[in-house]
Amino acid sequence: MRIMAQMAMVMNLDKCIGCHTCSVTCKQAWTNRAGMEYVWFNNVETRPGLGYPRTYQDQKRWRGGWTLKRGKLKLRSGGRFRRLAEIFSNPKLPTLQDYYEPWTYDYDMLLSAPQGEHTPVARPKSLITGKPMKIEWSANWDDDLGGGPELAPDDPVLVSIRDQVGDRVKMEFEQAFMFYLPRICEHCLNPACVAACPSGAMYKRVEDGIVLVDQDRCRGWRMCVTGCPYKKVYFNHRTGKAEKCTLCYPRLEVGLPTVCSETCVGRLRYLGLFLYDADRVTEAASTPDEKDLLQAQLDLLLDPHEPAVLEQARRDGIPEDWLEAAQNSPVYRLAKVYGIALPLHPEYRTMPMVWYVPPLSPVVDALRDTGNDAEDAGNLFGAINALRIPIEYLAGLFTAGDIGPVRRSLLRLAAMRAYMRDINLGRDPRAEIAESVGMTEEAIYEMYRLLAIAKYDDRYVIPTAHAESARDLEEVGCSLDIAGGPGQYESGPFGEASGRPIPVAVENFHALKQRQTTEVIIPVEAVRVNLLNWDGMGAPDER
Amino acid sequence: MTTWDILLWAVLPYVTIAVFVVGTIWRYRYDKFGWTTRSSQLYEGRLMRVASPLFHIGILAVLVGHVVGLLIPESWTNATGLSEDAYHVIAVGLGLVAGAFTLFGIAMLIYRRRTVGPVFAATTRNDKTMYVFLVAAILLGLLTTLLASGLIGDGYNYRETVSPWFRSIFYLNPQVVLMAEAPTSFHVHAIAGMLIFIIWPFTRLVHAFSAPVGYLVRPYVVYRSRGPHDAGARIPRKGWEKVG
Ligand code: SF4
Ligand code: SF4
Repeated sequence: MRIMAQMAMVMNLDKCIGCHTCSVTCKQAWTNRAGMEYVWFNNVETRPGLGYPRTYQDQKRWRGGWTLKRGKLKLRSGGRFRRLAEIFSNPKLPTLQDYYEPWTYDYDMLLSAPQGEHTPVARPKSLITGKPMKIEWSANWDDDLGGGPELAPDDPVLVSIRDQVGDRVKMEFEQAFMFYLPRICEHCLNPACVAACPSGAMYKRVEDGIVLVDQDRCRGWRMCVTGCPYKKVYFNHRTGKAEKCTLCYPRLEVGLPTVCSETCVGRLRYLGLFLYDADRVTEAASTPDEKDLLQAQLDLLLDPHEPAVLEQARRDGIPEDWLEAAQNSPVYRLAKVYGIALPLHPEYRTMPMVWYVPPLSPVVDALRDTGNDAEDAGNLFGAINALRIPIEYLAGLFTAGDIGPVRRSLLRLAAMRAYMRDINLGRDPRAEIAESVGMTEEAIYEMYRLLAIAKYDDRYVIPTAHAESARDLEEVGCSLDIAGGPGQYESGPFGEASGRPIPVAVENFHALKQRQTTEVIIPVEAVRVNLLNWDGMGAPDER
Repeated sequence: MTTWDILLWAVLPYVTIAVFVVGTIWRYRYDKFGWTTRSSQLYEGRLMRVASPLFHIGILAVLVGHVVGLLIPESWTNATGLSEDAYHVIAVGLGLVAGAFTLFGIAMLIYRRRTVGPVFAATTRNDKTMYVFLVAAILLGLLTTLLASGLIGDGYNYRETVSPWFRSIFYLNPQVVLMAEAPTSFHVHAIAGMLIFIIWPFTRLVHAFSAPVGYLVRPYVVYRSRGPHDAGARIPRKGWEKVG
């Protein structure tokens, strides 16, 4: 047994309003550079929908993730020799058309056009070729079921459940069900991207499990893009290197949540630690039946309260404050204790570490539309059992098609709703509601607190990187402080970008310490605010 | 033996080697970040799917051909009982096939580069220069093969002059006279070849050195500590070096 710590995220889909704030702030922080115009480390897709890049979930086509071959785990895109043989042209690389061609507008035209009969227009201009272009697709073209009847039926998850529920999918589904799925890199326990990288440039950080690309070692072979079944490694076409979500490690190292979590309007993201047994990852990922993968993944996560686990963790060098953080971890509670958070596509066998609380609200809405009391436990339970298609669909996303765990999760959410209504209305709480979903009243209540009213410090339990390894805080070679990267705008002796940049983590640490320890809201000009250190207080003055 | 002969067949080879070796080390030390294939597959996949393997496999075969033809002395192949004529036929045959692959591949690649908008937009001046040298070397190489084969003209056994000269460079005793005797086409091709090695370290061609053979033996999932011990980590700032 070798215990490692993993920083993980849970998103409560019930609360996502699809506002894309997370995507935008992430982009501002990390991918607003040349070569990364088409890249969204965080994207929010409407389900059912094609996703970004289009149909990425169709692994028959894109060959991402792992599969079992004669009981052994193998990359779906082929073995080692095959990968090297295909190195001259990766046959399964999505092209820009599968993402979208990024564009800007010819804004200058609005100001510089000569006086004329017609109002000048800003024409769209491709950011790739610089030529005028026709906009035909984007990262989010089918947002809110835009183009629904034509596009949504091609959703790979819908296609995969069509066999079971038949053609009814189309109609019923669109009437009853739509939700948003924000996605970032899953920082998998068994990352297929890392396994596919021929150069060994990608790695999983021992301390916190964050998966990174070493920019100095990447040679641009693009195998990671194919390897990742979630298509969350991107190729920077300007630098010729792969880049991916870093889980905002410069922020995490100083105890701050990721930019997407910090700025999430619905406050639906949770960050915390898992302790897991690294020696058993391969074994768990090789579980023969896809439907058992969820359980195998849950079994990897160790109880941070168990003395034997703690003892072993200490032997494996996990510091005391990290163990404490693991004990307070909201993600552990949501995934393992309450059993309501589910991983996205466990059948890809990468052991993803971003979990989702499936959305109950579409069920509630459907119930309300039929004129029933949508807060009543009996009605809700009935609806969950009756609404086959949404449940099948969620199962296609989160449990490799096994509706059991999805149903359990939704039933618990429904029970929580009904149980809390009695309390809010001043009636006697009914213990039988909790019992009927296999929970205690205390657990239901705590779950409610965590999901509904948890404060910042309860949603984000992030142990900092260690003072005794302060030197390590200067980012290792994996950072994004490359030409034009976020780490590179410090002024040196020869103007902007000369001299050594101050590590982002250090800069943020000082800026935040200052802001967070004062009583008054300090004017923002005192520190240089960027999206990495913005804490939601104050606003930069207009400049 | 003129001064030119000495400059071209005794001085230039060593300049090439020096620039090639020192340049590559320099580039690796100071520009790991720029060390990449800078693939354009993201922009366009269909042409690339055919052209790139064609070119790369062709050029690797050409490389093998050069190694065999230049490094293995004629006496050795004779000793195996392979007659000069038989060797010649095999070498020319394989050489032409590999050359045709390479030429066809690079022609498609250049066509793609010129006609596919985004790919052309991403082509740097450095790339263009490199293409000129590369294509020149390939064309001259093919021409030389044709001439030496006897398919056009009389044929020529370069293994009695060019190859010993090539080896003699590495013995530090360049046989300038031998090379000076060879036909002009060999001269021009050799110069083009040396030039491409001179610019090599400063172009995207460096990605050839990154052929990831280590991948075959390493564990699938790589773990790395954020600690200061990694290769590839930043060199600590002055005064912040690790103690002990
Ligand atoms: S989700 Fe992230 S860690 Fe998992 S395979 Fe994809 S890029 Fe790698
Ligand atoms: S910011 Fe939050 S609520 Fe808005 S789209 Fe992102 S995850 Fe959903």
